[in-house]
Amino acid sequence: MTAAPHQTDGHTSVALRMTGISKRFGPVQALRNVSLTVHTGTVHALVGENGAGKSTLMKILAGVYQPDAGSVEVNGHEQSFASPAQALETGISMIYQELDLAEHLTVAENIFLGAEPKGPLPFTISHKRMIAQADELAGRFQFDIDPAAKVEDLPTGDCQIVEILKALRHHASIIVMDEPTSSLSEREAKRLFEVIRRLRSQGLSIIYISHRLEEIVDLADEVSVLRDGELVDCEPIANLDITKIVHHMVGRELTDFFPGRAVTIGGTLVQVQDLSCAAGIRNVSFEIRRGEIVGMAGLVGAGRTEVAEALFGVSKKTTGRVILDGRELKIDSPADAIASGIALLTEDRKRTGLCLELPCSWNITLPNLDQIGFKPLIKPARESRIAQEVGSRIAVKWSSPQALATSLSGGNQQKLLIARWLLADSKFMIFDEPTRGIDVGAKTEVYTLLNKLAEEGKAILFISSELPELFGIADRILVMRRGKLVGNLVKKDTTPEQVMHLAAVEERT
Amino acid sequence: MNKFVRQLLPFGTLLLLIAALAALEPDTFLTTDNILNVLSRSSVNGIIAMGMTAVIISGGIDLSVGSMMALAGMVGAVVMLKTGGGAPTAGAMWIGTLVGIGTGLLCGLLNGGLITALSLPPFIVTLGTMSAFRGISYVMNNGMMYDVPTYKFLGQSSPAGIPVSVLLFALIVLVAFFVLRYTPLGRYTYAIGSNRQAAFHAGVNVNRNLLAVYAITGLFVGIAAMIQTSRTVSAQPTAGISLELDIIAAVVIGGASLSGGRGTVVGTIIGTLLISFLRNGCTLLGISTNIQLVVIGAIIIGAVALDQMARAKAETT
Repeated sequence: MTAAPHQTDGHTSVALRMTGISKRFGPVQALRNVSLTVHTGTVHALVGENGAGKSTLMKILAGVYQPDAGSVEVNGHEQSFASPAQALETGISMIYQELDLAEHLTVAENIFLGAEPKGPLPFTISHKRMIAQADELAGRFQFDIDPAAKVEDLPTGDCQIVEILKALRHHASIIVMDEPTSSLSEREAKRLFEVIRRLRSQGLSIIYISHRLEEIVDLADEVSVLRDGELVDCEPIANLDITKIVHHMVGRELTDFFPGRAVTIGGTLVQVQDLSCAAGIRNVSFEIRRGEIVGMAGLVGAGRTEVAEALFGVSKKTTGRVILDGRELKIDSPADAIASGIALLTEDRKRTGLCLELPCSWNITLPNLDQIGFKPLIKPARESRIAQEVGSRIAVKWSSPQALATSLSGGNQQKLLIARWLLADSKFMIFDEPTRGIDVGAKTEVYTLLNKLAEEGKAILFISSELPELFGIADRILVMRRGKLVGNLVKKDTTPEQVMHLAAVEERT
Repeated sequence: MNKFVRQLLPFGTLLLLIAALAALEPDTFLTTDNILNVLSRSSVNGIIAMGMTAVIISGGIDLSVGSMMALAGMVGAVVMLKTGGGAPTAGAMWIGTLVGIGTGLLCGLLNGGLITALSLPPFIVTLGTMSAFRGISYVMNNGMMYDVPTYKFLGQSSPAGIPVSVLLFALIVLVAFFVLRYTPLGRYTYAIGSNRQAAFHAGVNVNRNLLAVYAITGLFVGIAAMIQTSRTVSAQPTAGISLELDIIAAVVIGGASLSGGRGTVVGTIIGTLLISFLRNGCTLLGISTNIQLVVIGAIIIGAVALDQMARAKAETT
């Protein structure tokens, strides 16, 4: 199912040709022989699941990463970018999802950052000329924006415009936009599409990354689909529809990569009723039974992590009840959650998981001091023994339990956190993206472990952005979209396409 | 191996310094009196440094300890004078001592309370209380000190040949060592300093622990304040000016990281003694106090630079 890049019909010229790009990060092959051709004056959509390699490919284009193999050609000239500055000079501008503006400065100051028009005296800036030039630039593309306004006072939609103006000031010929509409209202998004069309008509090429497939069908001229670091499809939008795109995105064989499990699902263990929180999840209700692994799918920002955090007491819930084993829980903090028998393996092990500069054993016992009888006093010898025991159960590779957590590989760091929750022996375990950033071997170990925990009668909520692993492991799949639960599907009665549809496509109402 | 060398570095420097002083000034330096004198002087700094070690491990800082010491001493002394008159009796001294120590504890609770309740950076809160505590100390007696001529027990007595202050220092070192190593409070302090978010997600009550850390520091400052008051048989509103810098220097020379998660009681003791012996040695050698400041400054920078180099090397190998 490897399609060759779409051959052009002669009259359009090629703005960008990336050929045979490969990139490896440690054990992970992020990109494998990817070729991408973008024509001048077109909008080229780049789609794929999380981890498919879109960001890596774009970061290579922007000079952030250097490819292991392959070449980049801009307007017919071969280029190799050693730094983002070089890529920018060549006419390639990136607009990241997290906008990159100096909030306290004005629109004009942001646009001309690093290239301010000189004033009459040495080391001074002519604000007047800067504003005039910004006005002129905005006028040329018919953008309606006040160059003297402070960026912090602008709505998000206008900030995008500022980013685009910044790119235009750099004489960009190719602009990469990464999920530009993820934080825009519908009206702002429509306006942005207008702007993008205008840029296209002026001969710029736009590489447009989005999970929102309706947008792509609306806006793009061509679509390239990445899956597992490979280009699987590239064709004009005329040949495609949402169903076909989804199929290309998820269509991969499920092999015995996923270990099997003797399923003995018992009675209801977890009941979540009408859960809402300030972070934007609304009236989420579901149940998980003993021994059941329930997957949770959804796009980035759909509210999956927020559900986990509300259940675990990280954030305050505004409505909702959580009933575990028939008992309603009162949870105001992670400490309460842990004491009630809930575990959360957070999605970002460096930020919210590990104390990297502390010993492995300390990281394992940290939430469990009470349970293993280390209150009021810690017993260091016993602590080492406990850490060693639980660590060897899942084969954590360390020089000793006293080694600092930072000395472990990514996969082993993840295992360290899993070991922590194994020791806690919670009844309800939430795993938020447990296989992110770990290699394939370690992934399989994580799956095996999830199965084992389910077999022990625990209830497991498994949040993942990778549909294949959800389909490989879960018994049931919940789908979140924009803070709401929009699907509760039994695995054997559904397909990845259906889940992706629910997650990515707004119903037309 | 590298780690070992790193930990040994301040200790080795200390030994070298002592050996050098012993060789240069054998008659004055290597006497029991001089050594006990240095230790006794160190006790005030050392006791406060034990609290500061915990604060710095938690990722915070306490700039107010010097002012707090002045305030606690002033409050303790005025209570002695009010309850016992111009030459306080034993009972009055006891009450004053306890009230002075309690004042330190309250000041620490205030610091911790502001930091946790208002989610303010420790640097800002303790910068503010540093100023406020000092101001109150001056206001109490219009900028004058309180004389407590009979208050000698804590700072000037040596039953069985060892100064009481040194014994108290030793006791507090043991307490700090024990708390940091063997109690959940100590463990949580390391975890909060290493990664506050991760500690929170692991069920650590971050605010309660930080409150305890600042309160204990205040308690230690209170004890140190009463020793200092007794050493000079007076409470002075100017006591402990820029003391916080000496204390932070001692903790950092001892290997603690200002970004939190790292630091030891033993390291801090070595850092404290290093500074004390350096001061003492310079005095014995007739080097002016002004030059001492330069030397101590160089040592702070050198110690941290060496530590970082060793760390960077350990990470690349």
